[in-house]
Amino acid sequence: MIVEHSNEILSVKDLTASVDGNAILKGVNLEVKAGEIHAIMGLNGSGKSTFSKVLAGHPDYKVTGGSATYLGQDLWQLDPEVRSREGIFLAFQYPLEIPGVSNIDFLRVAYNAKRKQAGEEELDAFDFDDLVREKLEVVKMDASFLHRSVNEGFSGGEKKRNEILQMALLEPRLAILDETDSGLDIDALRVVAEGVNTLAGADNALLVITHYQRLLNYIVPDYVHVMANGRIIRTGTKDLALELEERGYDWLMPETAATV
Amino acid sequence: MTIQVSPVMETQGLSVASQRDAYWRRLLALGQSHPAPLSRLEPLRQQAATCFHATQFPTTRDEEWRFTDLSELLALDLAPSLVQSGVSLPTAAELAFYELPEATCARLVFVNGQFAPTLSAVAEMPPGVYVGSLAAAPEAIYTHLGQLPGRDEGFTALNTAGFSDAAVIYLPKNQVLDAPIQVLFVTTGEASALVQPRCVVVAEANSALTLVEDYSALGRTAHLVNAVTEIWLGENAQVNHTRIQAEADTTFHVGKTAIAQARTSRYIGHSIHCGGHLSRHHWEIYQTGEQTETVLNGLTYLRGHQTGDTHSAIALTQPHGQTRQLHKTIVDDRAHAIFNGKVFVPRAAQMTDAGQLNRNLLLSSKARIDTKPQLEIVADNVKCTHGAAIGQLEADEIFYLQSRGIDAASARQLLIYAFAYEILREIPVPSLQQRLLMQLNIAR
Repeated sequence: MIVEHSNEILSVKDLTASVDGNAILKGVNLEVKAGEIHAIMGLNGSGKSTFSKVLAGHPDYKVTGGSATYLGQDLWQLDPEVRSREGIFLAFQYPLEIPGVSNIDFLRVAYNAKRKQAGEEELDAFDFDDLVREKLEVVKMDASFLHRSVNEGFSGGEKKRNEILQMALLEPRLAILDETDSGLDIDALRVVAEGVNTLAGADNALLVITHYQRLLNYIVPDYVHVMANGRIIRTGTKDLALELEERGYDWLMPETAATV
Repeated sequence: MTIQVSPVMETQGLSVASQRDAYWRRLLALGQSHPAPLSRLEPLRQQAATCFHATQFPTTRDEEWRFTDLSELLALDLAPSLVQSGVSLPTAAELAFYELPEATCARLVFVNGQFAPTLSAVAEMPPGVYVGSLAAAPEAIYTHLGQLPGRDEGFTALNTAGFSDAAVIYLPKNQVLDAPIQVLFVTTGEASALVQPRCVVVAEANSALTLVEDYSALGRTAHLVNAVTEIWLGENAQVNHTRIQAEADTTFHVGKTAIAQARTSRYIGHSIHCGGHLSRHHWEIYQTGEQTETVLNGLTYLRGHQTGDTHSAIALTQPHGQTRQLHKTIVDDRAHAIFNGKVFVPRAAQMTDAGQLNRNLLLSSKARIDTKPQLEIVADNVKCTHGAAIGQLEADEIFYLQSRGIDAASARQLLIYAFAYEILREIPVPSLQQRLLMQLNIAR
């Protein structure tokens, strides 16, 4: 929800970035305040996923210009693990499998890394076990998932729910969901969306990157931004998403040509 | 009969080929420089010596040694056998690291191939069971000792022609030993020497045992360790075998593990390989009956300038055999791992179900792996799969962990741990899993 005088969480100005020498982001501007839900839509190749990876600090992506401030800090000065511990969470479009590392061990290591950063005491295995079982409720997963290797043999829906389970544990200030809805059937989508909604609050913010309007029926955005050719070319309300669903993206494109 | 051996080899002026021949012959002389441990073994020794004379020092022109260059061995000047020269025994404290609390059954310690009773412990055994050294070994083992195929390979013949003692485990029919038996072969001493450990395991029909074989060293003197282990599984017998090679990183280690499986027997093997400057493991299964089950799990972790080679061969000859092999290597710095996995499925081995997977992790740009799955299948009603993959720690994997608050160095360690744990978790001795994580220097 849009809250008056709420704190700024993320401020991105004129961000340009490339991968393998190819310029993908060509000047992105975005302001996200606490309590807000922003959706970023666009066709494949528009730069949506790249944007999320640059914010999370993926080594393959090079920032070539512009600035980003997160909770008053210069984001580029922070290593990926520090960004995570400071409260940025990226739910991956394609979550990785890590055979040999149990889900619960992985979750505990990640959780304790955050605690340590905040100067809090780390939880031991028993206390953590209690905590994680609570959080399983959020994504309606059963305890058997905890002892399987991270994402190994998980279905698409299970992987996405595992991402949201991590989000539930890490309680981020800024959660970026990168095409969390892709590959999900309507039931899985509903569970994931409900999980995300219980976690969204007045103190944190969500950046929902999606191709389809469908998810936004469940996670209702305050702002909808359309990306094309590495820039945000239009910002509107949730009605913009509905319009895109009906008319496609073409009607916006001449505008890009005009601004180039 | 003793053979006098001069301590220093004259090699000046000899061509490289002649140097190799001279060195090779000297190895036999060294091994035979003390008498046979028991006079009844004399014919076996002679036979093995004859076999040995038909072999040559392996070079990279031999297909089987193409990637493993032994020529550095020629510079290792070996002193006469340590057996008689009174090397002092290690203390129990020095060997404490290798203690396995689970091995309540028996712990046999061999120092430089020779049984050390004061460092060993054997619990009271059920009737007919023997766990001990060669001296009091039961008659039944002599029909098997030195009889397995593959005995005419050079290093194998060398060991048979010169071993001075052996660890012997004999289980009569229907005997099951629950607790693991540990055999620890320790190499020690300041002068480089040829050390030839030997192990003989005979598990008669329906018997079962768990064996842990440890090859380790005290000190960093370079030795040539040439070990042979023979395991016979009778009908429906089960052997769970863990072999750990953690020699000093200056030593040359060549090991042979040869297993014969009678019908419906089950051999589960784990080979953990992290020591030696240059090492090679010949791991061979000879199926003599149908419906056998064979599992080979291997993990090799090499660093620095180590070279580690595993040449395995599963020779099926009967129908309905099932084999699974998973061999993993982790190679860092400038180390070099070699894997060759042979599986022979002749016409008589119909309905064989054989699977082999080799996965390799390169941790540095100069690390090297040579891998060759080698399935030779003639039977036409079989299921045989194989795969080999070489990879590195992916930036994506490390990033995924970093995006969860784990720093890059810890992420690397976690991924290496995960890669190795797939093999380590199969070892049925929990304290050993922990000990191996330490020996392999894999953080949790």
